[in-house]
Amino acid sequence: MVLLACGTAMAQLPIYNVGRAPTEAELHPSDGVVGSDGKELPPGRGTAKEGETIYAAKCAACHGKNGEGIYPWPRLVGGIGTLNTPIPVQTVGSYSPYATTIWDYIQRAMPPFPLEKNLTPDNIYALTALLLYWNGIIKEIDVMDKNSLPEVQMPNRHGFYPDPPQSTPNKDGTWQPYWNQAKPAAK
Amino acid sequence: MNSKMSDRRGFLKGTAAMAGLAVGAIPFANGNALASVTPGEPNTSMGVTKLGVTPDEPNIQDLLYGGRSRYETTVRIPSVGWNGATGLRNLTPLQDSIGVITPSSYHYLVQHDMHITNIDPRQHTLMIYGMVDRPLVFTMEELKRLPSVSRIHFLECTGNSGLMHYKSMLHDQKLGRADLTVIQAMHGRVSTSEWTGVPLSLLLKGAGVQKQASWLVAEGADLCRHAKSFPLAKAMDDVIVAYGQNGEALRREQGYPLRLVVPGWQGVNNVKYVKRIKLVDKPYYLGRETSSYTNLKPNGKASWYESQVGPKSLITYPSDAHHLPERGLYEISGLAWSGRGAISRVEVSTDGGRTWKDAQLQQPVFRKAFTRFRLGWNWSGAETVIMSRCTNEYGDIQPTMLELAKLWGDQVTPHYTGEEIEHWWETAAIMEFLNNPILPWRVKPDGSVQDALYNTLYNTNGPSKNSYYSGGKI
Ligand code: HEC
Repeated sequence: MVLLACGTAMAQLPIYNVGRAPTEAELHPSDGVVGSDGKELPPGRGTAKEGETIYAAKCAACHGKNGEGIYPWPRLVGGIGTLNTPIPVQTVGSYSPYATTIWDYIQRAMPPFPLEKNLTPDNIYALTALLLYWNGIIKEIDVMDKNSLPEVQMPNRHGFYPDPPQSTPNKDGTWQPYWNQAKPAAK
Repeated sequence: MNSKMSDRRGFLKGTAAMAGLAVGAIPFANGNALASVTPGEPNTSMGVTKLGVTPDEPNIQDLLYGGRSRYETTVRIPSVGWNGATGLRNLTPLQDSIGVITPSSYHYLVQHDMHITNIDPRQHTLMIYGMVDRPLVFTMEELKRLPSVSRIHFLECTGNSGLMHYKSMLHDQKLGRADLTVIQAMHGRVSTSEWTGVPLSLLLKGAGVQKQASWLVAEGADLCRHAKSFPLAKAMDDVIVAYGQNGEALRREQGYPLRLVVPGWQGVNNVKYVKRIKLVDKPYYLGRETSSYTNLKPNGKASWYESQVGPKSLITYPSDAHHLPERGLYEISGLAWSGRGAISRVEVSTDGGRTWKDAQLQQPVFRKAFTRFRLGWNWSGAETVIMSRCTNEYGDIQPTMLELAKLWGDQVTPHYTGEEIEHWWETAAIMEFLNNPILPWRVKPDGSVQDALYNTLYNTNGPSKNSYYSGGKI
């Protein structure tokens, strides 16, 4: 953050001299994006038990009493072991590779408009813990926080490819899914 | 009827009503500027007089923003199934498309909640932060001072033409929706606009991207706060931070006042209402890049971060929204696009794939944009199947459904065949995302036109015996 103190010249787009340095608060948004290593997770904690009342009040109407889903709202529980069967059931339990994704998604988008988004970090930790518990991934008493959540091993952690995802284009400029491979055999 | 069914019907109605509401609520420029004037009444309050004498004549204020002829009724329609029920998703009327530009009012829309946000551009800022030497915040005014580009590019929703939409379409038709055609309900998640804005690379270079940065995460300011990470290499290549669309500001539902345009890449990357871009050193594995927008294969493994849209074309006229009144001369017309570059060739078959003719391409051809193709056709009045197939400048050819299925590692999605419709929604998150197969239309002797692909896929168990499934090679 030393750079920020370097005056206006440093805090603007060179040449065009527009833009300003963000404030400390802007640099660490309370609703900021959370990646798989969890380093952006805020302080706070929660357990599945604590999540139950919040879930019943704010989530059950759409996702079902036990996370089983009510059409057209998605189910959040079950499906582990089904991904290679004729009816794969994709839920945040059976399909998500990282537990941090669940935290980020609830924080970001749930509950949806027109309901008010007023979950505290503690609430979100508790709800994430509840969904992980209902999916049989953690125990009811396990505390989810900034340190424990990124450590949770999701059953489908290695279910995606390529892993890691492609970061640079192939030599010929293509990106996944490599359309040149779809080229029909010569006629 | 069981309770689930009636729930769905209720929900569909709700969706249609919500969608209608959202559109109706968009304030027109004239409505805002001259709020005191009752539409249709002669307006003298501002010294402006009525133009004509018949009741049809518009008031001058109606002409200030411009409306279309009352005889033109084409509109977007809400999407189908759950896809239309949990968010605002409106589909482009490709059947009425003309040329290569999609009017902004026809541009498809995928919003992951039931809300379209209204952002005051004076309040809106874009922050570039994370692994940069100089984190920066820009106002809209500042962004507009910077060197800009205007480029014509298509956007296509990742799930466009996905088989699951066909199931939903049949389902919704059963529930009484009468506005659905295959061309719009299956394929209407693609549009082309001229986008104007600042190259993202200019902002990133200015912010001083640090060596270890290799990805970025873009976040929107809408209520569902769409977020997506993608590689820095793409951002430095051709991504636009856009404020303009087709000669005016972005439409509200297209991300007003600011959005990303990620040329040639699946729609989910093109974050609307963009307010924060964070430079990071790895993908962020967010909901929209893991839970959804991934492609589960029958073996239980899923591909993710698929990005570049394959070469794709379809005949927009005639299509199943049209009826040919008599035999005789017609101009077959359609659209082709490719995420990897310019379309270099479109061939059309009017005999079910036996023979192919080169169609004329509308010039100039833009890279990663709709290319209009046209071919004269003398219809004999007999039943036949028409289809198009495109090639891009690198020689990538639009595949047949069979070739696509191989690429998917799929027997054309066994999970879609023979399943109870009551269960489909449980698995509806499975979309087949590489949806650029050759798309045939069957012209019947009575002049009606039907889809000649999806119905054959859906109604069979396992690979279809239908020849069009293998691209019409009889
Ligand atoms: C008004 C109905 C509604 C309510 C209430 C609601 N949700 Fe959701 N939820 C949705 C919809 C719709 C989606 C899918 C959105 C999409 O993908 O576009 C969703 C998706 C999710 C997902 C992601 C599922 C996946 O497979 O990726 C999670 C997790 C979730 N909700 C958790 C919650 C929690 C926790 C609450 C309570 C705080 C909640 N939701 C309240 C409608 C709702």
